[in-house]
Amino acid sequence: MLKIENLHASVGDKEILRGINLEVKAGEVHAIMGPNGSGKSTLASVLAGNEKFTVTAGEVIFMGENLLDVPIEERALKGLFLGFQYPVEIPGVSMANFMKIALAEQRKYKGLEPLTASEFLKLMREKSAVVELDGKLTSRAVNEGFSGGEKKKNEIFQMAMLEPKLAILDETDSGLDIDALRVVATGVTRLKRPDNATVVITHYQRLLDYIVPDYVHVLYKGRIIYSGDKSLALKLEKEGYDWLINEYKE
Amino acid sequence: MIIVPIIYRSFGEKFVSLSDFRIMKENSKNIISSLEQREYEYGFTSDIETDTLPKGLNEDIVRAISARKSEPEWMREYRLKAFRHWQSLSLPTWAHLDIPPIDFQDIIYYAEPKPKKTLGSMDEVDPELKRTFDKLGIPLEEQMALAGVAVDAVLDSVSVKTTFRETLAEKGIIFCSISEAIREYPELVRKYLGSVVSYADNFYAALNAAVFSDGSFCYIPKGVRCPMELSTYFRINAQGTGQFERTLIVADKGSYVSYLEGCTAPQRDENQLHAAVVEIVVEDDAEVKYSTVQNWYPGDKEGRGGIYNFVTKRGICRNNARLSWTQVETGSAITWKYPSCVLAGDNSVGEFYSVAMTNNYQQADTGTKMIHLGRNTRSRIVSKGISAGKSQNSYRGLVKIAPKAENARNYSQCDSLLIGDKCGAHTFPHIDCRNKTAMLEHEATTSKISEEQLFYCNQRGLTTEDAVGLIVNGYAREVLAKLPMEFAVEAQKLLAISLEGSVG
Repeated sequence: MLKIENLHASVGDKEILRGINLEVKAGEVHAIMGPNGSGKSTLASVLAGNEKFTVTAGEVIFMGENLLDVPIEERALKGLFLGFQYPVEIPGVSMANFMKIALAEQRKYKGLEPLTASEFLKLMREKSAVVELDGKLTSRAVNEGFSGGEKKKNEIFQMAMLEPKLAILDETDSGLDIDALRVVATGVTRLKRPDNATVVITHYQRLLDYIVPDYVHVLYKGRIIYSGDKSLALKLEKEGYDWLINEYKE
Repeated sequence: MIIVPIIYRSFGEKFVSLSDFRIMKENSKNIISSLEQREYEYGFTSDIETDTLPKGLNEDIVRAISARKSEPEWMREYRLKAFRHWQSLSLPTWAHLDIPPIDFQDIIYYAEPKPKKTLGSMDEVDPELKRTFDKLGIPLEEQMALAGVAVDAVLDSVSVKTTFRETLAEKGIIFCSISEAIREYPELVRKYLGSVVSYADNFYAALNAAVFSDGSFCYIPKGVRCPMELSTYFRINAQGTGQFERTLIVADKGSYVSYLEGCTAPQRDENQLHAAVVEIVVEDDAEVKYSTVQNWYPGDKEGRGGIYNFVTKRGICRNNARLSWTQVETGSAITWKYPSCVLAGDNSVGEFYSVAMTNNYQQADTGTKMIHLGRNTRSRIVSKGISAGKSQNSYRGLVKIAPKAENARNYSQCDSLLIGDKCGAHTFPHIDCRNKTAMLEHEATTSKISEEQLFYCNQRGLTTEDAVGLIVNGYAREVLAKLPMEFAVEAQKLLAISLEGSVG
């Protein structure tokens, strides 16, 4: 589904990604961990197409196509979803309206008619239940006045609405209390299907108690320096990154 | 959709509301073809003089205008007084506008509106215009009517005319051209004309009073709730009122009317200078809602051409009266406009909701004045400026609390949204408070559409253009929500269209 080869990206003169290689297949869950500043969020942004970053080398193939040539919105329409670490507020635009437009665009891309109002409302109710999102929030402006937890739930709600092929969740667990973490993580798990894939970026193993990864990668200074299975996350939780970093240096 | 009737001047006045127009249009589709054939047999020249007065302005021209309109002597004298006063005035220069010199002697002040050239089919319509119509979602027949294709016969169903005339007449509502009102209802016009905006008010108001070509008159009798939204564009005679439009609305005690002016479809006019006056009298316990969508030609992308729009709009509220201005301004090269409320009566309420958008080289200096004279008067100002391209957008407001205005309240909110880094947003709020019991609040924000917002929308599958439209509409929502429903939907699209090409 996703194949990243030797991906380099910079912001200004500063190179942040320095040769990422990663392959994600349908049905898989990958976790990306690593110390602060290692480039985790940059990787997510670059995949989504954020123009703040310049890709200087490498290739990304998504669903058989060269992703890096595709405009941001088309990446989204092709089924790439980014769960934002810091979701932005859009005052005056109701969440329901926002989703209606996003969903209509996606359906148009697939050659489908937009949902009728009642179908849409039904879908909204169904999907907001996935993350126990208060129905009232969907009539409020996008992320405006949402608590940290609500914003993150809202990201997963949108993921549920849009049913992406590949969801990249950028520190979806940060700022969540234990209960919200459980709700969000369970929500993500419920959305898992054999034909989609998830990449979760996280600092903490506890998220991976709910979203069980098939692979865990450690990102350090713009490269994946180590990959393992879910037990790696437990080891990192216990021992930190130092042993890996030391190894990497040698 | 609001339709601009194109010809049919000889049909006399007709009144249609927005929603009723829709129904009427459905019913009338079948008769389009038959009426199409008959269109010219009515003609439009038989009862109208088509000549034009020479360029320039002097007392003879003012007299000639009055004579052409068969006005009574008092009206002629009023015009002359205004003209003499105008001569003593100089152009106002206080606005934050860069106005090219205007030669007032190089303007034709009276030209009978020429019928627009009638086109044979939609293929002859300017493709650019057609594209805008499509984006606004204007149905084909309305597009044809707007573009001057010969099928707007749809408006001329006799039953429609009678229905609306009857409905209004039953209630005693008068809605006609101001010229007709001067002839038919001289006592009403004489009582109220110039009572809110005196000819001595300002340069453009004086000019308008001297040479106004036509406009609308509306009178709602005591205790009557006008059953439909009144729109200038449904009053067939209103077409081609020219550059000096005069509107007078009188809501008698305890009455209510919602009045719509303007059109979301792009309006072009050969006359570059427009100086309209709108006066509204809201008597005790009455309520008037006045909504405007202004989309005059703003000039091209390099700032060439475009309408100069210098408008004086003011209403006076008596005891317990309420006046609400809502405006969506997207057009004109230069906009100079301050719809205001004189809260003369106790417990009266004035409101001003505005979205002013400028793009390319447009300039707007717009806002409101809330003059609190009575006790317990309240006013609310919500102004949303949107600047894009290389445009300059200013909010200018005055909240004045007179010494006798006990317990006056004002809330002002002035927001500016900047798109790009070559435009300007300016705010000039003035407060003049002479009473210690007053409570005034002022909030202001300036924001930009952030890269993060655009990225977020893009990531959900929206194009940048759609995202900007969405964000801008969200920003303007509070004001758009004050417009009548159908107007609001079109205004939303209009905002998005007006911003095309301003990002990225």
